[in-house]
Amino acid sequence: MSTAESLEPRHITVRRPVVDRVFRTVISSGALLSLVVLALIAGFLLYRGLEIFRDFGFGFITGEKWDIGNPEDTSTAVLGIGAMLVGSVLTAFIAVVIALPFAMAAALFIEYYSPRRLRTVLTSVLDFAAAIPSVIYGIWGYAVLLPLVESWSKGIERNLDFIPFIDVPSEIFGRSPFLAGLLLSLMILPIITSVAREVYGQAPRDLVDASYALGSTKWGAIRNVVLPFGRSGLVGGTMLGLGRALGETVAVYLTLNLVFDVNFRILASAGGNVASLIATKFGEATPYELKGLMAAGLVLFAVTLAVNLLATVVVNRSRRVA
Amino acid sequence: MTAVVAVPVAPTRPWQRRRAALARNGALVAGAAVMSWLVNARTDLSGFLGHWLAFSLAMPVLALLSSVRSGRNVATDSFSAALVTVASLAAAVPLFSIARTVWQNGSKAFYSSYLTTDMRITSSSDPLNMGGVLHAVSGTLVMVALATIISVPLGVMSALYIVEMKGRFAGVVRFLTQAMSGVPSIVAGLFVYATVVIFFTGFSAWAGALAYVILMLPTVSRTSEEVLRLVPDELRAASYALGASQARTTFRVVLPTIASGLLTAAILGIARVAGETAPLILTASYFVATSTNLNEPMASLPIYIFSNLGLGDSNAITRAWGGSLVLLVLVLVLFVSARVLSARLRRKRL
Amino acid sequence: MTMEEPDMQTLTPTTTNQGGVPAKATHGAAGSTDRPAGGLETRGLHAWFDRHHALQDVSLQFPENTITGLIGPSGCGKSTFLRLLNRMHEFIPKAAMAGEVLFEGNDIYAPGVNPIEIRRRIGMVFQKPNPFPAMNIGENVTAGLKLARVKVDNKQELVEECLTRAGLWKEVKDRLKAPAGSLSGGQQQRLCIARSLALRPDVLLLDEPCSALDPGSTLRVEETIIQLSETMTIVIVTHNMQQAARVSDYCAFFLSEGGPGHLVEADLTTNMFSNPRDSRTADYVQGRFG
Repeated sequence: MSTAESLEPRHITVRRPVVDRVFRTVISSGALLSLVVLALIAGFLLYRGLEIFRDFGFGFITGEKWDIGNPEDTSTAVLGIGAMLVGSVLTAFIAVVIALPFAMAAALFIEYYSPRRLRTVLTSVLDFAAAIPSVIYGIWGYAVLLPLVESWSKGIERNLDFIPFIDVPSEIFGRSPFLAGLLLSLMILPIITSVAREVYGQAPRDLVDASYALGSTKWGAIRNVVLPFGRSGLVGGTMLGLGRALGETVAVYLTLNLVFDVNFRILASAGGNVASLIATKFGEATPYELKGLMAAGLVLFAVTLAVNLLATVVVNRSRRVA
Repeated sequence: MTAVVAVPVAPTRPWQRRRAALARNGALVAGAAVMSWLVNARTDLSGFLGHWLAFSLAMPVLALLSSVRSGRNVATDSFSAALVTVASLAAAVPLFSIARTVWQNGSKAFYSSYLTTDMRITSSSDPLNMGGVLHAVSGTLVMVALATIISVPLGVMSALYIVEMKGRFAGVVRFLTQAMSGVPSIVAGLFVYATVVIFFTGFSAWAGALAYVILMLPTVSRTSEEVLRLVPDELRAASYALGASQARTTFRVVLPTIASGLLTAAILGIARVAGETAPLILTASYFVATSTNLNEPMASLPIYIFSNLGLGDSNAITRAWGGSLVLLVLVLVLFVSARVLSARLRRKRL
Repeated sequence: MTMEEPDMQTLTPTTTNQGGVPAKATHGAAGSTDRPAGGLETRGLHAWFDRHHALQDVSLQFPENTITGLIGPSGCGKSTFLRLLNRMHEFIPKAAMAGEVLFEGNDIYAPGVNPIEIRRRIGMVFQKPNPFPAMNIGENVTAGLKLARVKVDNKQELVEECLTRAGLWKEVKDRLKAPAGSLSGGQQQRLCIARSLALRPDVLLLDEPCSALDPGSTLRVEETIIQLSETMTIVIVTHNMQQAARVSDYCAFFLSEGGPGHLVEADLTTNMFSNPRDSRTADYVQGRFG
């Protein structure tokens, strides 16, 4: 019998075979490469955009004008993405406000109201909707949604023009933040719905049962247990959708008039977002303007990365609770 | 003991009153339809959307009214049920509209050799019995294939790093890969433009494929990671117990088991990028002829759609719809094959 | 084949708990008729999960204001049986049933019966304590009323009354605003009982309420149950023979023997433990299997 004096675990040294050491090195470098790419993107955009930040400082973020002035003389250029940032945030905000209630309804419908056999079909349709290319959303938005929204906008403006952000003095409707936001809401709806569906489906069965045993209706159990439980997951899913809406290019390019003025009148045909600014301007950009676009890209990158990281953290935490 | 006569008892579900529910829901729908018709006749509302809107508003109201005598609680319940249903259906309406318009407008662009000719000798405004999408389809396929060849090994490697190797930075790799999936596609395109396009190749298929790689990588690595986690540890233990190395275990035991899962990962990655437009504007640009030269601009379906749309000519716009139809079908095929493959994987009980 | 006779096993109420139920009048808010509330009976009850026949032909009576213990090895269908008694069974996908459950003489599965009303009058406490984590202690007690949208004038009195009856008042009266999760397992389970009591049910069903608790908490919950039986009918599923012997007036022994679960015998608890009619019952209560 061994005595109980200072028993320490033996250290096991692993001597891996050569083939494994090679294998592990290769795998590690492959995995780290994706991190390197991410760092490269950020680093390169920063490197190219640095001059712009130096020249304009905070004014690059807040300035409304995007004017290269005399192409030969960079000191005449005035570059600012304020109007575009406002457009990005405004359209994404409209998209989230519209999409969220419908996403919640669709998620609840799939998990708690639809017949079981329909559930798989609906989930597939939902996932497919998320895979529809944005250019198709864009062409549909341009051809089908634009005329509809234009006529709705006229009606809304006529009746509600005492509200500042609804009034359109120019009476030019059409390719407005509202249209772009509505289209974006359709594009992010499947993303939010699919996260919401997942978290609602994980609502603790015993608490749902407890509600029913207390004589609750289905809606009572949902309101009492499912919705509170799914709240943080829903926030995360919404932020994923927000990230997508902030970074969307083509659909916004096709449905929003690019105008370099901050525009809060959501029905007026003026706006733009950072991504569509890049797509519009890069073609005939001077080297200096290109640096400005890099800086704009970096700002967009930073904003969406922050939103997505936050969303990832929130969604993961809600999964862990479940 | 008396003889026991087994009286057959049939299982019933007295809580499922199908007929009563059907009658109630039928009455609700009919009532809402009538109300919507009345509202549309009296007000400015009209057309499919007008009827739909009125119907959607009438349904929950009728549900509420019809159950109000059963108490507030039941009334709230049926109101919410009707509201949830109507809102979900409303969310589906745009999808059907997209499918329908793409089909209706897109099929007009089709003629016998739409899929087998390109726009080399045809201008976008030419009549619709000339030219086609061959160059766009082949360009998309070439660039997607190139991107797949690069990104799948990389994605699988990072999944192996996280799951098999449980490397020191596994958490970081995982977290940042997930974050990378949120990089706006235009930023990926801009990055490739500012590095590869300007300094090396100019607008080229290579550049387009590289932009694809950045966008595919997160999807591929996340899906492969999920699939790898399905491999039971006993399988690995069994292989180690036979004296196999980790490399041999991975290549001979783990990866073959999940081959169809890895294929799913690749397909999901492809579906993620096949419809991307923004990064290609900055990288591969557009070329009217079918080409396999990777150092030159190359056409793709999204850019074919996008550039035709920009021309404004009615024939060009019809061509854009035709391209949309081809692209939508392509994505659908990819999507369905991914579903079938993952269903097969699940049947293997992995 | 060991098929049970299809005749009804009737539990004849003897002398326990007669009279001395003045509380009945005060608490029978829902059914304040002359007829005694809380009578429960099953006739030829079956249960299925999809094609799996889980419970076969159970006929049992639960006399008012008594405690009946449902005993038997796991998988014998006693929890399924319990969930059939307040229509919780139907929440399991593909579940089905046959037979009747008579509550105060009426079949609760008859068309036109409101299952929500049934669940409100036949309360249930689950195996794992499941207070609502987002609510504090006081809110948990009144959760059922909130779910039913019932307005109460004197909420504080109700909370105190229910917690007192559940034997928890003294321990929590100073921290009603504390989250329910801060209580111990045994306290949480008594909170769940209090939560059911707030709806003033006539019957309380308990599904292995002590299986997740330590012995001390178990004893407290058992005391609570015995006190409650003065005013309500109680059915308790338990794995624990000593518990069945301690708390129940009657016992019903279920067994599945590879096929669907069925009732082997039911009788006064004293008879079941001292002089069972069936040898399998004797084997089980003396711990020879299960």
